[in-house]
Amino acid sequence: MNVYGIVQIVIYLVVLTLLTKPVGIYIARVYAGERTGPEAVFGPIERSLYRICRVDPATEMNWRQYGAATLMFSLVCGVSVYLIQRLQYFLPLNPAGLSGPSPDSSFNTAVSFMTNTNWQGYSGETTMSYFTQMTALTVQNFVSAAVGMALAIVFIRGIARFETDRLGNFWADVVRGTLYILLPISLAAAIFFVSQGVIQNFREYDLAQTLDGGIQTIAQGPAASQIAIKQLGTNGGGFFGVNSAHPFENPTPLTDFVQMLLILLIPAGFTYTLGRMVRSQRHGWAVYGAMMVLLIAGIALSYWAESQGNPLFPGSVDQAVAGGNMEGKEVRFGVANSALWATLTTAASNGSVNSMHDSFTPLGGLVPLLNIQLGEVIFGGVGAGMYGMLVMIILTVFIAGLMVGRTPEYLGNKIEAYDIKMAMLYILIFPLSVLGLTAVSVLMPDAGLSSLNNPGAHGLSEVLFAFTSATGNNGSAFAGLNANTAWYNTSLGIAILVGRFYMIIPVLAIAGSLAGKREVPASLGTFPVNTAMFAVLLVSVILIVGALTFFPVLSLSPILEHLQMINGQVM
Amino acid sequence: MKLLYTSTLMLLAMTILLGGVYPLAVWGVGQLLFPSEANGSLIYRDGKVAGSRLIGQRSSSPGYFYSRPSAAGDGYDAAASAGSNLGPTNRVLIERVAAEADRLSFDGPQRPVPADLVTTSGSGLDPHISPAAAEFQVPRVAKERGIAEGRVRELVAKYTSGRELGIFGEPRVNVLGLNIELDETAKNVR
Repeated sequence: MNVYGIVQIVIYLVVLTLLTKPVGIYIARVYAGERTGPEAVFGPIERSLYRICRVDPATEMNWRQYGAATLMFSLVCGVSVYLIQRLQYFLPLNPAGLSGPSPDSSFNTAVSFMTNTNWQGYSGETTMSYFTQMTALTVQNFVSAAVGMALAIVFIRGIARFETDRLGNFWADVVRGTLYILLPISLAAAIFFVSQGVIQNFREYDLAQTLDGGIQTIAQGPAASQIAIKQLGTNGGGFFGVNSAHPFENPTPLTDFVQMLLILLIPAGFTYTLGRMVRSQRHGWAVYGAMMVLLIAGIALSYWAESQGNPLFPGSVDQAVAGGNMEGKEVRFGVANSALWATLTTAASNGSVNSMHDSFTPLGGLVPLLNIQLGEVIFGGVGAGMYGMLVMIILTVFIAGLMVGRTPEYLGNKIEAYDIKMAMLYILIFPLSVLGLTAVSVLMPDAGLSSLNNPGAHGLSEVLFAFTSATGNNGSAFAGLNANTAWYNTSLGIAILVGRFYMIIPVLAIAGSLAGKREVPASLGTFPVNTAMFAVLLVSVILIVGALTFFPVLSLSPILEHLQMINGQVM
Repeated sequence: MKLLYTSTLMLLAMTILLGGVYPLAVWGVGQLLFPSEANGSLIYRDGKVAGSRLIGQRSSSPGYFYSRPSAAGDGYDAAASAGSNLGPTNRVLIERVAAEADRLSFDGPQRPVPADLVTTSGSGLDPHISPAAAEFQVPRVAKERGIAEGRVRELVAKYTSGRELGIFGEPRVNVLGLNIELDETAKNVR
């Protein structure tokens, strides 16, 4: 760890914090239907979208109608992405002449992108045509993010509203989130990226005469437009196989910094939006504080572990001069920015990478794994992080209520058995999918274990990371695992579907239940949710739920590997 | 049925806007304002593409500065980016690093090799090495080319970028730019 690294990390956290309030206010205004700046340009588009689709944006839905619209829209999106991939060979803008991916790979990618996961079993430049990247993947990057934000907003409306079953109009929420939040910021970011060297073209792959007399094929394509939204929408799916480690996706330290900001911009802003909508700004900041504490802890551990380097390297290699463990990292980013990115991308459900997590030291790799396993509530995905956190808050309020022996209340909502049942459903489905499918995979020598790239404890980490990432809708990977097989494409696809839809339904059910409640005025017995004490309790509940669930398997994977490494064992 | 109809129309309209208009708008602005960057920052020599400023190349001749080892295809395949994804305790990684360090120490100075020169990058296409890794190679390149070490150091300095705005990222040396300039220098001497 050095001063330059620490200064860069501190600057990042300060800038993010400064942006939280303005972004949060802006998000709240967009979903309240108020006028915003981009309306001058996008207002006519918004109105014509409603007209074409024959939607009345003023008609509000109850939670079941909202859920049905979410599911149907997602289904149509998934089918569309599947078909575009399968028909790719016959569609335009395919200068490299790429044939369509296999059915199981297309299924995996379709569910992955429609759910905002962006797990990628394929490698972009050898698989997807420019047409597929634009019309299938870029579009899903927008709309799946807009759906996530809409669901978070519905949850917050459920908390803020009383004695109603109306939670908003799904179509209006999706359209407004896309047009007024995602599209303008993506446009500006994409143009900045191009100025720095991110490519945006429709060229054939270039053939370069290299200095040592060989030929280098240089993959091209419309990358910048996709990269901006892949970060802003916390999707994370790279244009190229190695994602934001690729110099065409992330050419300079400045693009790196801006991409990292985009990853947490909306999730951080949502904490302020929460405070504003429930009319308790201090509650928003308390939630922000809890998230920030966990984020800083993750960054510190990851940066420290990577700075130590790999003790198994021979003495003839100077790791200190390079800053630490450089396997799988780019020189322009170095150890500090790689460790920072790995922590952010898994705190959010982003999953893009600027270095290879598979080659991190065991503890450096533990941080991204644990971040996802804590439920991606450390800021979390756009929307998904907020509603995940709200479930944790409800649990915290419940536990606090048990401790003092009173009926738990949350911002005027009495928390009852039905709400807790739904919250527990949300919490229990996650480890069931992660641990269950990991266990099944490692019991199958052919379908499961033959995909491993590394032996021993690290091999278990690879499989565990894959199912954690898929169920958590994150999309990052210990990428050595060859996941482009029938078993992994299918099982990870199922994990992704479980992780999205089996969690959305309880979330909507709680939102509907809370909205229907009568407001309980705060009394002396109410546990305040706007204090540091609340933030501490919230952090404790997150750590206890996540850590206790996953500690046994983590002790067999990264923790065991760490002990082997410091004892000089090579596998 | 109404829901299916609305969903399909909405996706179709969104696809035209977000999958068509949006990328084309970025393409138009990019081609107009930043044509070189938007097309891959290509370097031309004698009218032919010689590579990209942003993409590393394999350089195996001792008269050139070596790039980092690469796991992309058979080395710096810019149509198949990849990291090694080898874990820290994997024997394959440890042995590969040791062999690479031995090879570089054999014809280099008798001091430890900077780590970036024996590790693969995340992309397999890293265009840079650290200033320490460049300095490590200066004596070899100067000897192979028969030019003064001081002159080689000047060229290295020319292709070294500091931290952006003095803060962000790491100092780095662009290997392809440096190697091309070395060739140009040789031409002028002759």
